Amino acid sequence: MENKNFEDIFEAKMAKNEIIEPKDWMPDNYRKHLIRQISQHAHSEIVGMLPEGNWITRAPSLRSKLVLLAKVQDEGGHGLYLYTAAETLGTDRDELLNALHTGKAKYSSIFNYPTLTWADIGAIGWLVDGAAIMNQVMLQRTSYGPYARAMVRICKEESFHQRQGYEIMCHLSFGTSEQKEMAQDALNRWWYPTLMMFGPPDAESPNSENAIKWRIKRESNDQLRQRFVNQTMEQVDYLGLTVPDKNLKYNETKKAYDFSEPNWAEFKNVISGNGPCNKERLAARNEAHKKGEWVRAAAAAYAKKNKDAVAA
Amino acid sequence: MNKELFKYTLRLADNALVLGQRLSEWTGHGPFLEEDLALTNIALDTFGTATSLLEYASRVEGADRNEDSLAYFRNEREFYNTLLVEQANGDYAKTIVRQVLVDAFNVLLYTELSKSKDETLSGIAQKAIKEVTYHYRHTSSWVIRFGDGTEESNKKAQEALNELWRFTGELFEMDEVEEELIKKGIAVDLKALQPKWEKQIDELLKKAILKKPENSFMQTGGKKGIHTEHLGFLLAEMQTLPRMLPNAKW
Repeated sequence: MENKNFEDIFEAKMAKNEIIEPKDWMPDNYRKHLIRQISQHAHSEIVGMLPEGNWITRAPSLRSKLVLLAKVQDEGGHGLYLYTAAETLGTDRDELLNALHTGKAKYSSIFNYPTLTWADIGAIGWLVDGAAIMNQVMLQRTSYGPYARAMVRICKEESFHQRQGYEIMCHLSFGTSEQKEMAQDALNRWWYPTLMMFGPPDAESPNSENAIKWRIKRESNDQLRQRFVNQTMEQVDYLGLTVPDKNLKYNETKKAYDFSEPNWAEFKNVISGNGPCNKERLAARNEAHKKGEWVRAAAAAYAKKNKDAVAA
Repeated sequence: MNKELFKYTLRLADNALVLGQRLSEWTGHGPFLEEDLALTNIALDTFGTATSLLEYASRVEGADRNEDSLAYFRNEREFYNTLLVEQANGDYAKTIVRQVLVDAFNVLLYTELSKSKDETLSGIAQKAIKEVTYHYRHTSSWVIRFGDGTEESNKKAQEALNELWRFTGELFEMDEVEEELIKKGIAVDLKALQPKWEKQIDELLKKAILKKPENSFMQTGGKKGIHTEHLGFLLAEMQTLPRMLPNAKW
């Protein structure tokens, strides 16, 4: 009876577009959905540091090195706010990290693709962060307060990242023939994986219905994908590059681009652990955590000694 | 061109550039998230200082090399950083001990350099003092935690100190470049910094329950462009792309 009342209050808040805060009652499946989504997002930020970090020591100018370093640091910062937001739902970071390290938790599949050239750093900023912004902008108005507030800050920084990536693509596309080739090659490799970032087609997306009801999500996968293609094509044209899709063309009737679906079999394969870098990414996270174990132990031991000394 | 000023500025710049490059290898691989962010901050500050100094070096030289050509198109024998900063990261104890030895030195160095008669160097130093003071606070607190943390962390910190101590003498070496510029009120008298640095490190090691290595033979050469075998690989990695496409702009 009592639960029923709480549920009515929750539903009423949803209906009025009100914000849910950590101390408010919420249904179990709402809490679970949020913990899963926020922690996956946090893991994606942390794992995402790896493919980009791969080029910090090889960035080709002092300025590009500083900008990339700051960008990768921002991703780490995003991971930190998001883990903290997840903790307000009654989980803790060790538990979440353990799920990541054992392969139980998912992270964005895009980071299982390798960064082979400097142009990949441009393509990630431009396409991958661009797609992420499109997914995330709506989360600034999501129903759960701590998540919405974290997303406001994250979105601001992500749009700076997208500009950083686009700037690299501009330098390359308007540079020497080798640079232009590098840019085109990166676009060829990142195009479809980026389209996959919006998730499976609506008809096959199991989590969408509740997510839209709870304002954890506000637009469907297919709507966002279409919007991304429309927006990105202008930039592709400006750069003088082409997307690897013969079927892509502007459709006057629907005032939007027609384009080919990504290869969803590949998507499922990468999600289930068979992407080009799944093993490397997970191994790198596990190794860093394991190598840091004695550091964390030393900090804890020192803090305990000092606390005991103060108490005595 | 003022040859002494050019070389002096390059020495300062290369210390920052090479150390920044080493620190940035940790980004994404730190012992926990907060510390990953903190060490990356130190790397960012360090690269910032390197960039300002290389810009100035290129102006002093007055040739057609800018800060990027100085960073990316000089060979190993034309780098003038001290051997300490090019040493491999090793475990986190080694990275932190290397850093604290440099940070303690940099606080003293930049404090003095901020009084230089060369306005550009003085300006760069004034900005750097605030940063390196924070870096020292961060790294010295880790040295204490390691030394006075667990048996394992104490052992690792002591081993790092024993390993790196032989590169500390070079920090205070001076030659005709410094001597010439000291006369003009531009360069810092490094010999005068040494007792202060030693006092500060002694106090830190005492707090951290670590032993100062004794009778260590001091290695030398970096300031004259004769390095350990580590630098060649560091530069090969850092310089690969501009050298692969030398006509490209980035």
